[in-house]
Amino acid sequence: MTATAGRGTPHDRLTALADRRIAEGETRGLPAADPVNLPMIRHWADAMGDANPLHTDPEAAAAGVHGEITAPPAMIQVWTMPGVRRDAPRAPTPVDDVLAMLDADGYTGVVATDCEQTHHRYLRLGERPVPATRLSALAGPKKTALGEGYFVTWNVTWYSDDEAVAEMLFRVLKFRPPAGAGRRTAAREPHPMAAAGTGTGGEAAAGTGTGADGNAAAGPYPLRPAVNADTAFFWEGAAVGELRVQRCADCGLLRHPPGPVCPSCRSAARTHVTASGRGEVYSYVVHHNPPVPGLRTPFVVAVVELPEGVRIVGNVVDCPPAEVRIGMAVRVTYRRMDEELTLPVWVPVPAPGEA
Amino acid sequence: MRTFTADQAGVGTVLPELAVELTPTLIISTALATMDFTPVHHDVEGARAQGAKDIFLNILTTMGLVERYVTDWTGPEAIIRGIKVRLGVPAYAGDRLTFTGSVTAHEGDEFTVGVRGRVGLGDHASGTVRFSLPAR
Repeated sequence: MTATAGRGTPHDRLTALADRRIAEGETRGLPAADPVNLPMIRHWADAMGDANPLHTDPEAAAAGVHGEITAPPAMIQVWTMPGVRRDAPRAPTPVDDVLAMLDADGYTGVVATDCEQTHHRYLRLGERPVPATRLSALAGPKKTALGEGYFVTWNVTWYSDDEAVAEMLFRVLKFRPPAGAGRRTAAREPHPMAAAGTGTGGEAAAGTGTGADGNAAAGPYPLRPAVNADTAFFWEGAAVGELRVQRCADCGLLRHPPGPVCPSCRSAARTHVTASGRGEVYSYVVHHNPPVPGLRTPFVVAVVELPEGVRIVGNVVDCPPAEVRIGMAVRVTYRRMDEELTLPVWVPVPAPGEA
Repeated sequence: MRTFTADQAGVGTVLPELAVELTPTLIISTALATMDFTPVHHDVEGARAQGAKDIFLNILTTMGLVERYVTDWTGPEAIIRGIKVRLGVPAYAGDRLTFTGSVTAHEGDEFTVGVRGRVGLGDHASGTVRFSLPAR
């Protein structure tokens, strides 16, 4: 902290962001692509030159201290590494946008400084660990041999059926390369954080930006709507920028959410209309916790009342959560969450006289 | 393979050295076995483009080799409880990574070994490994 730093300095923005991410606690990632398995263990042990038979020889393992094959504990991170593809699905972590902000502020160099693993027990064949990442500290700016930088520390806990089996602390120095040095080039060559241990691959972690309005995922959005015969028309509408509301083909009653039978006349015949897209906030909540995959907290979930007469649940975006009010005029807009999913969301309509 | 029992390892015991030749094959095979496909661990041009002089060992492998260094010595029945590593200079292909260590603590059923892994440029990794041994 610099005492003279004003409210809007990059350092203040950075520490404010880090404080928010730290407060979020841990965010679960995607489970291991493959369950713990003998071929991957054998491949690892072979490459490492690790001859411990308790990890690869079923007979020796059965007679040994574990009574069965176990994975080498240092393999823990391997199970949740992302693989070759850089565009593969990945869950956002609370570390991502802190690293991205450091990059944007010129702290483009990265060197891993600490890796600490704690093993509560060994993994057995068939287990499928799930990583959960939390940001634990941001310290800086500090002068280092590599340049001025910030130390960023995060923790990953791997769960198997909700039992914490292993933990890892990982710390990197994000530094501003000295003038004249190329990006990522330093007097001491950095370990890229490739192996950095978010289970996401460090290059990806460092390079993944944050989408607007709470969507933190650069890859596929992790939350999917339930699309079925009753609701498909709604999502097809969203994809083409129409807010569709189900209408009974017999008595004409509008209803939302969509369903198979008219609650008034019990007719199963239905059609839909396209709403004007205007509405007002009937009720809302500001969601702070727990973390939600693919979303950045805080975000606003509102019940929006349409002049057509139905209410729809959706996020209010482009508006500070503290400024959302019951009765506030909103209009629908559409957010493309990934290649397949478009969500209708709500933005404030400027009051008369504002612009 | 037999494992030391708790009464056979005492504070001050010096572990035998382990020298690992960092051939390109070792760097690349361990990177792939740890599912780390970052180019700096298998692509010489890619590594040089980022300012490194050659491909170098990835961190998951450093952790694996530190674990192996200790279990090679204890025997297979030791239970690893923690591996804590301070990362130093890169371990480049063509170099040799030499591990040294000694037992630094024994409290209850837990032993701690202090480990250093040195390469030509200096300390690549230094830290501790905590483990337990069979009682008898």
